[in-house]
Order: sequence, then structure tokens, then C-alpha cells
Amino acid sequence: MSGAIDPTVVNLTVFVLAVFVGYHVVWGVTPALHTPLMSVTNAISSVIMVGAILAAGPKEIDAGSILGAVAVGLVAINTFGGFLVTRRMLEMFRKKEPKGGKKA
Amino acid sequence: MSASQLALWYLAASVLFILALKGLSHPETARRGNFFGMIGMLIAVVVTLATTQRVELILVAILIGGAIGAVVARRVEMTQMPELVAAMHSLVGMGAVLIAIAVVNNPVAFGLPDPIPTGNKLELFIGTFVGAITFSGSVIAFGKLAGLGKKFRLFSSAPVVFKGQHLLNLALGIAMVGFGVAFFMASRETQWPPFIVMTALAFVLGLLIIIPIGGADMPVVISMLNSYSGWAAAGIGFSLNNPMLIIAGSLVGSSGAILSYIMCRAMNRSFFSVILGGFGAAEGTVAVDAGQKTVKSGSAEDVAFLLGNAESVIIIPGYGLAVARAQHAVKEMAQKLIAKGVNVRYAIHPVAGRMPGHMNVLLAEAEVPYDQVAEMEDINSDFGTTDIAFVLGANDVVNPLAEEKGSPIYGMPILEAHKARTVLVNKRSMAAGYAGLDNPLFYMDRTMMVFGDAKKVVEDIVKAIE
Repeated sequence: MSGAIDPTVVNLTVFVLAVFVGYHVVWGVTPALHTPLMSVTNAISSVIMVGAILAAGPKEIDAGSILGAVAVGLVAINTFGGFLVTRRMLEMFRKKEPKGGKKA
Repeated sequence: MSASQLALWYLAASVLFILALKGLSHPETARRGNFFGMIGMLIAVVVTLATTQRVELILVAILIGGAIGAVVARRVEMTQMPELVAAMHSLVGMGAVLIAIAVVNNPVAFGLPDPIPTGNKLELFIGTFVGAITFSGSVIAFGKLAGLGKKFRLFSSAPVVFKGQHLLNLALGIAMVGFGVAFFMASRETQWPPFIVMTALAFVLGLLIIIPIGGADMPVVISMLNSYSGWAAAGIGFSLNNPMLIIAGSLVGSSGAILSYIMCRAMNRSFFSVILGGFGAAEGTVAVDAGQKTVKSGSAEDVAFLLGNAESVIIIPGYGLAVARAQHAVKEMAQKLIAKGVNVRYAIHPVAGRMPGHMNVLLAEAEVPYDQVAEMEDINSDFGTTDIAFVLGANDVVNPLAEEKGSPIYGMPILEAHKARTVLVNKRSMAAGYAGLDNPLFYMDRTMMVFGDAKKVVEDIVKAIE
């Protein structure tokens, strides 16, 4: 066996391992937090913004880089919206707080 | 920055994304996890920006999108979370398609050789059509959830079905893959036409896949589209040889797949029967013969008396409660009872809301402490020793018919409210639930019905508890 490894094989390795990690981590999520799980995964999938940034990156502006910039804007809605709404929800999950008139 | 340095930063971001999900194993660690996720995203975006030549343009785009996202995140009502999530899935799908077009247009900008190597081309094709299906499917899901069905029939929450639907979908799917293969084989000069046709077919297919799925199955659909949006991101990661995108996409993809599975199990439906759609159509509705059976009903004062004298109460909230905006009133009622020494807990069925975990968020918003809220598996064995099960706006999820062979919902896991010593049920009327079934729970000797709007009834109960 010789020669360099095809990048697709490397990608596949990463992919399979990541699916395993995802499977185990997600089963560990408490059912009470499944809605925040969805909103935070939404935010995380907006990491494709990295691809959009590369598309918008070149010096000369053409159709591709304009589409890239549009994609950056669209996906940024997810990034900010996803993380912030998750934070807002998680702020609501509080234990019984000993605030003021706890017990009559 | 060298490519290796960039890759190391991406690795750091990937680990932070995993930690973000890991934090969600407990409400106390979840906030920190979310923070890790933000840091990961910041790293990913900043180091990528550093490699480009048009920083200002990109920053402006981020600011515009970010501002919209921030405003929406602040304004959205918790009952509207399913719509928001569906809308966000569609953006990820659209983003994936736009990026794919840009890759085909100019692969060099992404550090790929021109023409694109065949391996990456195949992945690009997969990422594109999954993205396109995610986009149009999510738009339909959004419309159905937001109740736009009155204006556009496509968005009807009743399933939109027609003859030969599955055959049409199959034909479109095959054609789409065919054009994908044509794109895969095409040279640099001839690749555009098959790519465009494939993408267009994928948009149509996404639409057709979601329209036959009824409102009751929306929790599955949202989870499924969540999964798709992740796979689309992973597909783009493959085509750009970017491990971070692959990792993030796979995390999201498996998360959505697991949630779909959990939702299907909670409704005792197979994934395929949900996807094929048509459930909740009028044909399945069984006429409710309420006239022949007798129902005991009482007033809010009667309920207040019973609750006040109980030792243990389990409240079973359903989506009807959220529709009536009665969560705060319920929490007030619970507080008063707890002050009287009653052990009050809430029991949540996995499909109590309109998306996974929805009811938990709605209760948390009303400041119900999460340690009073129990999941179905944890609390079901306690009903037998509980004085009162108080069902508020729930129906199918407490229907004991699920334990009877031959009933349409046989095998669906339910909250065993009928085992409690006394059952109180608040409903607006005797109408059947989503499944169109009558509910024997309402006719039991130990059951008392309280008719009326949930908010009004609970507020009256609060007043009547002395």
C-alpha cells in the first residue's frame, strides 16, 4: 500500500467518529431540555457560515461571492438567533429559588 | 495563518460544540454549555475571516443577519418556538445551497482544485439536494405551524394528499439523483444545467414530502428537518474537506435523528408511516358517542376543595393549556397547594407540546421549578399512590384505550392518570383529540370533569383555595 490518503477517506473517518460522539452525547441530554437542544443545534449548524465566508472572500466580486455574502447574512440569523434564544430558554430553567416569600 | 494552524483552531471549535451539547445533560450545566458553543462559533468565524480579503463586506453581512437574529430571539413567544426552529432550519438549508452554487462557480476560493475532484463533487451534490429539501420542507413546516393554512392551502395543517403522490415523489427523487449523477460526470463546461435541474427538483421534492404530513405529526417533522439541516452542513463540510463542518453537521444530524426516533416512539408510530403522511385526515375520525355515556362534572369550587384536601397531586399539562395561556395560573395554583402541604408535581408526556421538550419550556417560562416537573417514565409508577391526577388540556396522552388491543392507538405510551385515586379533567368540551378517539378516562366513576377555558377554570380554582 502506498500513496497519500484520499481526503474523502479522511472526511469519512471524521464523519463516522462524529456521528458516534453525537449519538452518545445526545442520548445524555435530559428530555426536559430537548427544545433548547434543537435551538442550539440550529445555532451550531450555522457553522456552515465558514463556507459562506470563503465564498464571499475573494478580492474580485462575482456572482459566487455575492451569493456567499447573502449566505453569510442568512446563516448569521441562525447563529445569533439560535444561541440567544437558547440562552433565554435556559435562563428560565431554575430550581426553586429562595426568593422573598418562599413559604407562608 | 497556515492551513495547519487553521485546522487546529477548527478542532478547538469542534470540541466546544461537543461540550455545548454535553452541557444539556442537566439544567445547571446547560448555560455554561451554551456559552461554550458561542465561543466555538466565534473562533470558527474569526479565524476564517482572517484568511479572506473582503472582511468588511462579510462583517456587514454578519451584522445585518445577527441583528435580525438577536431581535427575533428576544421577541419570540415560547409557544412560537416550533415556528422559529422551522424557520431557522430553512435558513441552514438555503445557506448550504448558496454555498454549493458558489463552490461550483469558483472552487479555488475554497482551496479546492479547479475542476473540482470527483469525490468532492459527489459530496457537493449530496449536500446541495439535502440542503434544498431542508429549505423547502422547512418553509412548509413553518407555514403549517404558524397556521397559514387558511390563506394558502399548501400550508394547511390537515394533510394535503392526492392520488399518485408517492409515485410522483419517487419519480422526482429518481430524476433528481439522475441529474445529480449527470452533474457528477459532467465536465467543467457542461456541469451547470444538470446541477440547476437537480437543485430545482430537490426544492420541489422537499415541498411535496412535507405537505401530506398532518399537524399532529409536526414534532416528528421538525426533528427530522433538524436532522436534515445537520446532514446538509456535513455534506458541505465533505465537499470543502473541512472536518469542523463535518463534525458540527454530524452532531446536529444525529441529534435530530434521535429526537425523531423519540417522538415516533412516544406516538407509537413508525418513522415511515409519519413520512408517508396522511395521518389525522378526516377518514380516521371515529364518531364520539358521548350521548350514551354519563360524565360527572363539577365546578371550580369542587375541584379546589378536592385539591386542598389531597396529599399528593400530579398535574398533567397538555398543549391545550398553553393555547389557553394558563401556565401562570397553574403555577399559582400549585404554589398555593404546596403552601398547604400538598405534594404537587407535573407529569410531562414527550409529545405534550408541539416539539420535543416544548411543554417543559412553557412551564419553565411560567417559573415552575424544574425539579417539580417529571418525565413520563419517571412518574408513571407513582400514579397508583397519588390522590389526584389533574389533566389540563391533554387528551390522547392519557387515553387508557392505548392499553387495549385493537384500538387505533394501542401501544402508544401514556401517562397512567386513570390509576390515580381521583381524576380531574379540564376540557373545553367533549370533543375528541387529534387521534379522533373517545377517551374512556372521562367516563370513569372516579373522574370528575370541569368544563371551560383552562385559564378561567384554573384562576377560579386559585380563588377558591383558601
